[in-house]
Amino acid sequence: MNSILELRNVTMQFGGVVAVNDFSMHIEEGEIVALIGPNGAGKTTAFNCITGVYEPTNGEILYRGHTIAVSHPRGRMRRNYGGAHGDLYTSRRVISPSPDEITRLGIARTFQNIRLFKSMTVYDNVLTAMHLRARQNVFSAVFRISWKEERRMREETERLLKEQDLYQYRDEKATSLPYGKQRRLEIARALATEPELLLLDEPAAGMNPQETRELSAFIKEIKERYSLSVFMIEHHMDLVMDISDRIYVLDFGSPIAEGTPEEIQKNQRVIDAYLGVRDDV
Amino acid sequence: MNREKRNRLIVIWVGVAAVYLAVLICELTLRPTAMLLTVLKKGAIYSLVAVSMNLLNGFTGLFSLGQAGFMLIGAYTYAILTMPSEVKTSQSVYKYYECFITFDTGVFAGLLAAGLIAALFAFLIGWPVLRLKSDYLAIATLGFAEIIRAICQWDVLGPVTNGANLLRSYIDLTRVIIPFTDIPFPPTLFVFIVSGVCILLIVLLINSSYGRAFKAIRDDETAAEAMGINLFRHKELSFVISSFFAGVSGALLAMFQYTVQAQQFKTMMTYEILLIVVIGGIGSISGSCIASFLYITLSEWWLRGLDMGTFLGINAPGIFRSGFRKLVFSLIIMVIVLFFSRGIMGDKELSLTRMRLAFRRASSRLRKEAHS
Repeated sequence: MNSILELRNVTMQFGGVVAVNDFSMHIEEGEIVALIGPNGAGKTTAFNCITGVYEPTNGEILYRGHTIAVSHPRGRMRRNYGGAHGDLYTSRRVISPSPDEITRLGIARTFQNIRLFKSMTVYDNVLTAMHLRARQNVFSAVFRISWKEERRMREETERLLKEQDLYQYRDEKATSLPYGKQRRLEIARALATEPELLLLDEPAAGMNPQETRELSAFIKEIKERYSLSVFMIEHHMDLVMDISDRIYVLDFGSPIAEGTPEEIQKNQRVIDAYLGVRDDV
Repeated sequence: MNREKRNRLIVIWVGVAAVYLAVLICELTLRPTAMLLTVLKKGAIYSLVAVSMNLLNGFTGLFSLGQAGFMLIGAYTYAILTMPSEVKTSQSVYKYYECFITFDTGVFAGLLAAGLIAALFAFLIGWPVLRLKSDYLAIATLGFAEIIRAICQWDVLGPVTNGANLLRSYIDLTRVIIPFTDIPFPPTLFVFIVSGVCILLIVLLINSSYGRAFKAIRDDETAAEAMGINLFRHKELSFVISSFFAGVSGALLAMFQYTVQAQQFKTMMTYEILLIVVIGGIGSISGSCIASFLYITLSEWWLRGLDMGTFLGINAPGIFRSGFRKLVFSLIIMVIVLFFSRGIMGDKELSLTRMRLAFRRASSRLRKEAHS
């Protein structure tokens, strides 16, 4: 049985800065995995490598055992490369998918700073995300030949909104919703693309403790209901420790620890990374 | 819910039918050269091109200024294709060149071809150009329109485009006949029907799943891409469709004018269309239509006096002379941009419910003022 997602030696270098260095990880089917680390550790960069926003400088990413992205240092980067294992993938042909191709594979994401479609209603936000899986072309859509498909999309949207407790807001502008609901809508929108793996970039950012507790239950619930695997970046430790099966820790771009919440809490390197080490001891 | 929707559809269709009936009545009762008919025709043509530009600028968020170029392609394609072959060979139009295209087609094939050729050009240009963003895209498309205009006047292409000379004697509005009969088609009605059908198609597109994808790209490219919308494919689609309808409207303009010359499709024309889109409201189809009729009526008819010496009964040939109209127009534009930057309709569509609401609000305000 293959992992649903696997990263091998992923390195991302911007100019002379190695933002992520030799990061390998895997997510198994049905797991909730968290990625933590101090500010600027390269968490979001790692995320963007998976979602196709960046092409990694080096390394390979596999989805269900199939390579979806592979790269090695090229051109000027070959000389300036500062990461590890620079020669491991040189014989491979570079594959760099675009974000929409990644979503098509079944990996949906949310954003650190909420990115809803501002001019649209709650309903339309979710309906738009259904576009990806619709069986139609532009002629059948314009001439309403695929009206059954359109009706199916609308029914699915209503079902999804009801399941996410957003149905009463369906005709409101997405941006007029309270913050917590906007987060929920963003997740609902991601679910509309029918993902198998959900990537959440700081889902609890800006939430109060009450909302964070609700979110924790919510993530568990959608994971069960839609049989998802979840990979998330998060700073709220109580949320992370509560719901993750495993945790990866990044510090200055390099992975420093991996394990269950209990193991991570006791790990000396993680404690040092978060609290700092005194020079004189 | 469903019944409400059906009622609304009925209201819309009754409204549209009333407009067409009014056009037909005007057509049958007025002299064919009446100003009203001219304005209606040109207004309908500009409505179509404004709506096509709105599809691109307002709904997909691509700031493109190539509209005049695509209209030119459409106008030339139509004129060359529908010009009867005996005219082409008789040296009455192609004086200095041997005409290369010797066959001719009917009106509908000509209109369709005008759209398709414009769409083909858009497809080819879109490939490099749509990777650019905002202002850069505007500059690139503007440059393209200028290049097309220059190429059309190039004498090497003379056997096709007749060089810098004008094209005429093709099937213009007065020569359209109702299919399978020899009754002439009422010209204004013809323009209205062609524009109307094209605008209807654009509306259907915008209200389909693809239209929502376009709006998603406009709102947030990154999020749209993360939702699995292929940015390039959808931008290209929007660009090609918009250009198709710009081509058709170019062909209609050629029919309306009796003659066509590349010289006329200048950047100024694109700005005119952009102006209509902005006045009508970016992202509003009905706004674009209203604004184009308003714009054409003002510039062709009501403000004519500003150029001719007498305006609203004021006779002042010293001030009201050629060019003064442009000045007044510029002032109007400045007022609109400063105070009504969202245009007549904003991004809303014309609806009875909203009109009723606005009317009620206005009347209650009046009543309040009367009390105090």
